[in-house]
Amino acid sequence: MPEPLLTLSGVHTHIGDYHILQGVDLMVPRGGLAVLLGRNGAGKTTTLRTIMGLWKTSRGSVRFDGREIGALATPAIAQAGIAYVPESMAVFSELTVRENLYLAARSAPLDMARVEWIFGFFPALKKFWNYPAGNLSGGQKQMVAIARAIVEPRKLLLVDEPTKGLAPAIVQSLIAAFRELKETDTTILLVEQNFNFVKTLGDTVAVMDDGRIVHAGAMQELAEDHALQQRLLGLSLASHQ
Amino acid sequence: MESNPIITTDTALPAVPRDIVPLLLVPALMLAMLPLIGSFPTWVTLTVAGLAMGMMIFIMASGLTLVFGLMDVLNFGHGAFVSVGAYAATMVLLPMHGWLEVDSLPLNLGVLGLAILVAMLSTALLGWAFERLIIMPVYGQHLKQILITMGGMIVAEQLINVVWGAEQVPLPLPASLRGAIVLGDAAIEKYRLVAVVVGLLVFAVMFLVLNRSKVGLLIRAGVENGEMVEAMGYRIRRLFVAVFAAGSALAGLGGVMWGLYKESLSAAMGSEIIVMVFIVVIIGGLGSVGGCFIGALLMALVANYAGFLAPKVALVSNLILMIAILMWRPAGLFSGARR
Repeated sequence: MPEPLLTLSGVHTHIGDYHILQGVDLMVPRGGLAVLLGRNGAGKTTTLRTIMGLWKTSRGSVRFDGREIGALATPAIAQAGIAYVPESMAVFSELTVRENLYLAARSAPLDMARVEWIFGFFPALKKFWNYPAGNLSGGQKQMVAIARAIVEPRKLLLVDEPTKGLAPAIVQSLIAAFRELKETDTTILLVEQNFNFVKTLGDTVAVMDDGRIVHAGAMQELAEDHALQQRLLGLSLASHQ
Repeated sequence: MESNPIITTDTALPAVPRDIVPLLLVPALMLAMLPLIGSFPTWVTLTVAGLAMGMMIFIMASGLTLVFGLMDVLNFGHGAFVSVGAYAATMVLLPMHGWLEVDSLPLNLGVLGLAILVAMLSTALLGWAFERLIIMPVYGQHLKQILITMGGMIVAEQLINVVWGAEQVPLPLPASLRGAIVLGDAAIEKYRLVAVVVGLLVFAVMFLVLNRSKVGLLIRAGVENGEMVEAMGYRIRRLFVAVFAAGSALAGLGGVMWGLYKESLSAAMGSEIIVMVFIVVIIGGLGSVGGCFIGALLMALVANYAGFLAPKVALVSNLILMIAILMWRPAGLFSGARR
C-alpha cells in the first residue's frame, strides 16, 4: 500500500487556553479528493490551519510526502507543495485578479496556458482579470481564491468550506470545477459541512467531532449507509438532504 | 488540460470607483488661497515653501506609514532615525565642508549625495537592529510598542549626545544651493526646489515599486493579510525587516533634508518633528503612501498659508486639519498601501 500523501498522527493543537485538536489521526491518500466532515466547532478549520502551520501542534506528527512538517514555518510548508484556500477566501481586495494570481505563482511568471485552463472553468476571472478582487461577488472571490491555489501545480490543495454562503447555482458550478481538478495530479482535502456537496465528489471521507476523527473510510460507504450518516452526522445532515 | 466552461457567474460589475476627491485637495487648496493672499508672487513663494516642507515631511513619514500598515507597529521611535540620519550625514558634510563652499553644483551635489548615502545606510542598519532587538519582542502588543519605542528614541537621542556632543551642530547649505531664483516678482529658494524634486523622486520610486513590482505587490498584500501571504509561501518576516530598514533609511534621508533646511542639527530634532509625521500618517490613512503624500503636502501648505494669513491660527493648523479630515474620513484620506 503506497504511503499516504499526508498523515496526521495524534495531533493536538491548543489555541490559547483551549484544547481544540485532541489527538487527530488522519490519512489523505495520494490522488483524488478526501473530505473532512463535521459540525461547526468540530475542529475542521483548526486541522487545516495546523497542517499549514498557522497553528502549531502541541503534540503529534504531521507528515507530508514522506517528510515531517509539523515544526516547519508556514512558508516552508507552502513551498513543500501545499496550497490553502481558507474559509474567508482571503483574496487581496486591493489587488486585481491578475495580481492575485501573479503573486500566487511563486516560482515563475504566470503560465498563461494554465491560466487559460483555469479560465475554462472560471470564465468570470477572464472577464474581471484587471478588476480589484475586492469588487467581485462572493462566488467570484471564491473562484479567485481557488484559482490562486491552483495557478501552479501543487501536490496538495486544502480547501475550507468553499460553498459557505454561496448561491446554490454557484455551488453546483463548484462541484463541476472540483471534478475537473480531480482529473489533475493534485490531491484535494476538502473541509465541508454540506454533505450533499461532497458525497458525489469525495473518494474518501473522515468525520470529526470534538477535536477527534470519529470515522474514516470510503465516501461511497458513507453515502450508501444512512444509519451511519445519521449516527455520525446527526440531525445536521438531515437538514442538508 | 482541456477547457470546459463550468462557472458563468460573470454578471456585469459596476465600474471600478476611482476615489479622486483627495487628489483634488492640494490643487484646490492652492487655488483657493490665491485670492485670499492677494499677491501672486507671495502666493508662489508660500506655495513652493509649503510644497518643499511637505515633501520633506512626506519622506520622513512614508516609511512610518508602511511600517504601520504592513507590520501593525506603532513606532514612536521613528524620530530617532531622522536625527541619526542627519548626524550621520555630518560625517561626510563636515569633513568635506571645503567642497561644499565651492560654487559648483556637480561638486556640491556629489558631496550631498554621498552624505545622503551614508545617512541612509546608517539608518537602514540601525532600523534593522531596532526591529530585531526592540520591536520583535513586542509584535501585536501596541501599548508595549509605544513604551519601548519611545524609550528607544530617548536612548538614541542620548547616544547622539554622547557621540556628537550636546551642542547644536550648524549645517550650512552647499554654496550652489544657497539663495533664491527670482521668477518675475517671486523669489523661490533653490534648496526648496531641490526638496520638491527629491520628494517627487521618492514618491515616484515608491509608487513604481508598490504598483509595478512583485515586492510591491507582496507589501500591499501583506498590509491586507500577512497570514495569507505566508500561506502562499512567502517569508513575510523577511519582508517586514526589509520594509522596516527601508522606512528607517527614508527617515534618515528626511533627516538630512530637514537638517539642511533648518541649517542646524540637534539630537531632539527627530522627537520634535515626529508629531507632524504622525499627523501626516493619520491624515493619509494608515499604510497608504499616496495618502501620506497628499497629507504631508496639505499639512505643510496649510501651515504656510495660515502663517501668512493668520499667524496665531498657524500654531494649531495641523490639529485643525487633522480633525477636519478625520471628521470627513475617519480612516484618513486613503487606506491600504496602494494609494
